[in-house]
This record gives sequence, C-alpha cells and structure tokens, in this order.
Amino acid sequence: MPGKPGFRDPFPQVKPMHELGIVSHIIRTLEDVAEENSLSRIGSVTLEVGEVSGIVNEQLLDCWDYFRQKTVLVKDAELKLDIIPAVTYCTACSRTYETVRYGRTCPHCGSGETYLLEGNTCSIKEIEAE
Amino acid sequence: MKTIELNQPVTAANDKDAELLRASLSDSGLLLINLMSAAGSGKTTLLSRTIRDLKEKVNIGVMEADLASDVDALSIEALGARSIQVHTGGCCHMDAFMTGEALAEFDTTDLDLLFLENVGNLICPAEYDTGAHKNVMILSVPEGDDKPLKYPLMFEKSDVLLITKTDVLPYFDFDLDAVKERVLHLNPSIRIFPVSAKTGDGMDAWEAWLQGSLSAGEAHA
Repeated sequence: MPGKPGFRDPFPQVKPMHELGIVSHIIRTLEDVAEENSLSRIGSVTLEVGEVSGIVNEQLLDCWDYFRQKTVLVKDAELKLDIIPAVTYCTACSRTYETVRYGRTCPHCGSGETYLLEGNTCSIKEIEAE
Repeated sequence: MKTIELNQPVTAANDKDAELLRASLSDSGLLLINLMSAAGSGKTTLLSRTIRDLKEKVNIGVMEADLASDVDALSIEALGARSIQVHTGGCCHMDAFMTGEALAEFDTTDLDLLFLENVGNLICPAEYDTGAHKNVMILSVPEGDDKPLKYPLMFEKSDVLLITKTDVLPYFDFDLDAVKERVLHLNPSIRIFPVSAKTGDGMDAWEAWLQGSLSAGEAHA
C-alpha cells in the first residue's frame, strides 16, 4: 500500500557485523601509514573488494561512515570500492571461468577439480592524502 | 593531495598483531587454541569434558567470545577452570587485537593451555588470525555431512576437526567416511577426531593430541 512506512529495524545496534571489524582494521592500517608518511588528512581510500570476499558493500560503506567520524585522520575521507571479479581455474581442462555463475564445477568439462584464482580478498589499493 | 599506492590486504594489520601475540604467548609458555564452530555444535560441552578429563595434568583456562551474555563462562567456571567472557560488541568474529585485549584482563598465572571459544559461526572466524597456535574446528553430527562443501575455508584453515555428538550417528543420515574424504580433499594435513563428549567415546585421541601439542614446545616458558 502506498504510504506505508515499511519495516523499521528495532535492533540497529546488536547485529553481528562482519564489516565493523574490517573497517576498524582499515583505519588502524591507515593510521600506521599516516605516521610513516607524515600525513595529517586522508581525502579518499580505494579498496579492491573481491566479488566472493564475503563483504557486503553497503554495510561496509555504512560502517565506514560511522567509524570515520571518530578518527580525525579520515573524517572527510570517501571510501571507493573497486570490485574484482571472481575467477576459478579448472585443473582438469586448464581453463578459467566465472566463479559466481558456475561455482565449483567447471562449465567447460564438468570437473570438480577446480580452485579459486582470484576474487576472495579485500585490500587497500591506494589513498589520497596530504 | 597526493596519491599513495598501498596494495595492502585489509587483514595486514591483524596479521601483524597475531604474530606479536603468538610470540608473546610462546614466551610465557601458554598454548592458545582457537576453537571455532557453528552455534549449538557443543563447544562448551566438549570443553567441559576435556577440562574434567585433563584437569589433574594440565591447567586450562577458557576465553568465551560471544556477542553478549555470560552463560558459557559460568558453566566453565562451575568446573573449577578459570574463564573470561569476552563480548565482541556486535562483531561476528574475534581478531588478534581483541584476543590480546582480553588476555591482558585475564589472570593467566600457572596456566598451560588456553582455549579461545570463538563466536559461533563457520564463516568469518576462519578469515581472522587470532594469534592462536592452533585452530580447531567442530562439526557436530546433526549439522550434516555437507558442511565441508558449504564452508570450505573453515576446513582449510583448521589444524584439527572434531566431529562431535557421534553418539547420535545412528539417528542421522551423516556419512562419516564421506565427510573425512571431503575434508581431506580440502586440507590433506588436517587431523580428524570423531568424539562424543557425552559417552567419552574418542576423547582419548583428542586429549592425546592436546597433550602432544603442549609438549611439542610451540609454547615454551
């Protein structure tokens, strides 16, 4: 029905949040980098987020907005996400395929002898700072 | 503004913390075991049995990590073992920094072996090095034999797999051999111990492994 307010989350504070831990690690790494390079202000942070890293991008951005206000160094820093597609390699036929679409079974030859080549990691690519 | 290339995994800060913590634990002669499993797999029951069986020979402490509540810590203390309840404040896994903070609050004098009971979850605890010497995971029979297919990383990162609640095997379609095969395919060096903390079946092998790790000198005073 138009005009309905929609579900309001009654428990915003108690969710087990994976992204919370990730953001706190990123900020700690940035603090180290800032000290080593005598930086006082970070304007943007670019992350490379693997498609199957298990990270929920929206939650990561929400956590970032929450956390950055507490840290002078990154108070105005924008978080940019570069998504890295996940690719799996098949040892039976030596070909690669899209992980998210086909999972663990090779779409070329049907073998299950496959392993993930890339797309499960999350790293800090670069920052803009002064 | 200048651009600085970092190309650092987000876990880099944690990995550094974990190495420091592990070294410092080793120096104080304390073996830390990170115990991971889904919620309801019987971690606390297994620990209680292990503590009861070994308490004449080994001084054991337990760090109970949870989102909230202290029910697990209370049941461990009822056995006479030292424990501390760690609240992750909403985070779904323990990392090395949190483990270190909890350890700083914990009286570890005379302890030989410390279990970190990680948050009940088979996914992200596997991604974060807690600083423990060994990673042990639990899969209970009622959870099903397909878990290695669904949560491969946890099985890949563990040194030991405990298959618990084997006393209920006759009532479940749980193919023990299939699980062993799937797990060894993911991680050929993992040790697998089927146990029942209720009947005591298989506990000997697990407890012998623990004592072996204690004397192997990973933690040296």
